[in-house]
Amino acid sequence: MAEVSTKGIGKVIFSSSLGTLIEWYDFYIFGMLAKTIASQFFPEGNDTAALLSTLAIFAAGFLVRPFGALVFGRLGDLVGRKYTFLLTLVLMGGSTFLIGLVPSYKSIGIAAPLLVLLLRLIQGLALGGEYGGAATYVAEHSPAHRRGYFTAWIQTTATLGLFVALGVIMLVKNSMSDASFAAEWGGWRYPFWISILLVGVSIYIRLKMSESPLYAALKHEGKTSVNPLKESFGNKANFKMVLLALFGAVMGQGVIWYTGQFYAQSFLENTCKLDFMQSREILLWAIAFATPFFLFFGWLSDKIGRKWIMLIGMLLGVVFYRPIFKTFLEDTNAKEWVADRVIIPKKAKDTKSTIEDLRKNDSLFVILKTESIYTYKENSFLEKRNDTTIFIGNATLYPPLSALGKNVDAISFEKKDLKPSYIDITLSNALKWKFTFLVWLMIIFVTMAYGPIAAFLVELFPTKIRYTSMSLPYHIGNGVFGGLVPFIATLLSTTFATDPLVGLWYPIGVAALCFVIGSLYLSNGFTQSKEEG
Amino acid sequence: MNQIKKIMGFIWMLIAPVVIFFLINGAVQNIGHGTKDINKPIPWIIIISIFTPICIGLMIFGFYAVKGEYKRD
Repeated sequence: MAEVSTKGIGKVIFSSSLGTLIEWYDFYIFGMLAKTIASQFFPEGNDTAALLSTLAIFAAGFLVRPFGALVFGRLGDLVGRKYTFLLTLVLMGGSTFLIGLVPSYKSIGIAAPLLVLLLRLIQGLALGGEYGGAATYVAEHSPAHRRGYFTAWIQTTATLGLFVALGVIMLVKNSMSDASFAAEWGGWRYPFWISILLVGVSIYIRLKMSESPLYAALKHEGKTSVNPLKESFGNKANFKMVLLALFGAVMGQGVIWYTGQFYAQSFLENTCKLDFMQSREILLWAIAFATPFFLFFGWLSDKIGRKWIMLIGMLLGVVFYRPIFKTFLEDTNAKEWVADRVIIPKKAKDTKSTIEDLRKNDSLFVILKTESIYTYKENSFLEKRNDTTIFIGNATLYPPLSALGKNVDAISFEKKDLKPSYIDITLSNALKWKFTFLVWLMIIFVTMAYGPIAAFLVELFPTKIRYTSMSLPYHIGNGVFGGLVPFIATLLSTTFATDPLVGLWYPIGVAALCFVIGSLYLSNGFTQSKEEG
Repeated sequence: MNQIKKIMGFIWMLIAPVVIFFLINGAVQNIGHGTKDINKPIPWIIIISIFTPICIGLMIFGFYAVKGEYKRD
């Protein structure tokens, strides 16, 4: 087959990447605003709403994405790349915009979570079809010796989509009070509405693009596939490559991707109790510094091959995840800071105390709630205490105990020093940059594993069934293996509660298995698809 | 190297049923014992139903490896 010209490749990359970035943005804002969305659409205490909420989280990520890969992959191989990934963009943008328009549960009852679930499923379906189309489209416009570099632009979009989603939510949140943000028609809806503008621009640009030259030539020659699903998964020669792509590359890449970005952020917020804004700032800086490396490793894969770059990215995750997360834990150990006894209250006005009392049978519970902000070596944190004194017997606070005279002997009491909690930890500047570096390092592992993978997948399969064949393993690897990182981490930490790092064994195990399979069975040569032989 | 690939194929075939066993065992141990997602049946039903074909895929991958389908000359 003739060498593909690079004329106009900039436009091709821009139009494909912009649309894919927007799709990732759309997919992420739902997850990032999950708490607010839950309070608006899935109220606590309603079993049906809780069931729909669980379905929205799990079905969209795990079931519908691979299904979308099959539906749109097949369509892309039958009618062409251009119109298929235009359709996925319209579906994704439309459903995101509509989520922002659904009235809350308070206004329309159970119809609200049902509509949100339906729209979320359409989002998952569209995402399943988008990536394979964009990667294939760019790859089929690229000459073989620069395919890694050109498709690496598509690889930046998942991380940049996360960056844009984080940035937009932070901007909106900073521009208004918490109450305005969380109100029924409040600021949390703005990121959903913004999507329609971005999608509109992207559709306009994509409409002007022409079909991929390799696919157009195939169509012209009447050699397109009649049944892409059968040819992809019913043909042993192709199916064994689908399996190899999944178990030897994509499943490890999926867990590295999720652990380096999503799990790191959730760990910093939920386990280390880092301040919400600071944890996001750390992630934003780390992403900004790491993103160019997607292009670097894509470029490098054109020079030295794709296999070892991807596999070394996985191996680095296997080796360094536990030390990195252990450092996060040790450097945010507020309990240890308190034990050091050198903490100081930030300002007198930063301590708030309230007293509540309640009576149960013959006992009086006096709860002293204290919230104090402390600093320790330029780190600050909020200590929350709920110290409770239980007066047993016919006790009353008014008049005070001392006024009870002789009867005071009849009253016994016990004090419960409930364990204080330490939250909203704000790190010193030095520690903030240390954490940024460590998150950056984990995203570098992501760039190694993920940067060359589009070119790797494209080269494994022939043009006529490429969209279908590469989309399914990609979305199983990322959606299922990667998307399960938080669920299995919770499962492991519930089962083995003494080790806060136990959740890491899942991504470490999957990445290690993938590394072994990839090392043994993958070829480091450039796997040229048949017609490019 | 081709011999190692074949031998390792047996391991991939063994891993698949072990994973399914652990998933089913995890579901039995956790469903109904709390309020987290791992205590609800729906995530487990979704995960087991999607992991079962993936594990069958891993067995087929192992089978192909044993048969020498991935050998290089």
